[in-house]
Amino acid sequence: MSNAENKPVKKMMLILSKATLENVYACFILANGARMEGIESEIFFTFFGLEAIQKEKLKHLHVATVGNPAMHMPTLLGGLPGMEALATKMMKSEMEKLDIPPVDEFLEMLTASGSKLWGCKLAMDMFKVKESDLIDDIDGVLTVGDFYERAQGDGTHLLFI
Amino acid sequence: MNEKTLAGFCIRCNDQGYLTDLAQWNKEVAVEIAKEEGIDMTNKHWEVIDYLQDQCRKEVAITIRKVGKSGIVNIKEFYQLFPKGPLKTASKIAGIPKPVSCI
Repeated sequence: MSNAENKPVKKMMLILSKATLENVYACFILANGARMEGIESEIFFTFFGLEAIQKEKLKHLHVATVGNPAMHMPTLLGGLPGMEALATKMMKSEMEKLDIPPVDEFLEMLTASGSKLWGCKLAMDMFKVKESDLIDDIDGVLTVGDFYERAQGDGTHLLFI
Repeated sequence: MNEKTLAGFCIRCNDQGYLTDLAQWNKEVAVEIAKEEGIDMTNKHWEVIDYLQDQCRKEVAITIRKVGKSGIVNIKEFYQLFPKGPLKTASKIAGIPKPVSCI
């Protein structure tokens, strides 16, 4: 098949709406993986996803132990004090073995690779987050409309996480 | 397995154009592969290629993060040298297998 029929992916527009570590990493790995393949990528941080780009918060994100069937533990146990911290610590150590960086370093990697990082204006207004609360590497604050405008062109895909 | 002639050398590569035997690699071949990828080799490119081959011989899994910490290039420079997918392109030019890493 020719390339014209194949329609290769040219740009990934990711929307991160959650702040649990497993979701943040899924988003970052997809964005970084795109750049590694020569595909453009951008992330729109909205709702709880905003925590991943807030200086004071991004180092303290956790794995969800409650309401997460893949943890294979009773909900009550998952809710005990310290369980999230324990699960998070275990997950981080496994990821380090695979050379997956911590959140702050991952954000630096994404910026260095040319990924664009955007804050969601509405969510920032709602959570009273100021631009100065965000990491310095952020590319700006956008409305949904602005983000869609950036998605123009053949081969762009949008993904909500 | 495919065979092709690059810079007068007959080399074996897989369907994606990665050399299957690093022993067949030489600089002339690398320059030809780089041309196919639209890259003009500079000293900095060669330093990265050397580093990747060295890691491959040591059987260390290569990631962008490790290249960024190699002291040879940072991640931004790595992308500038090999814009269309740095790890893939650089590995192809270096004559080593396509990296399986997602990082």
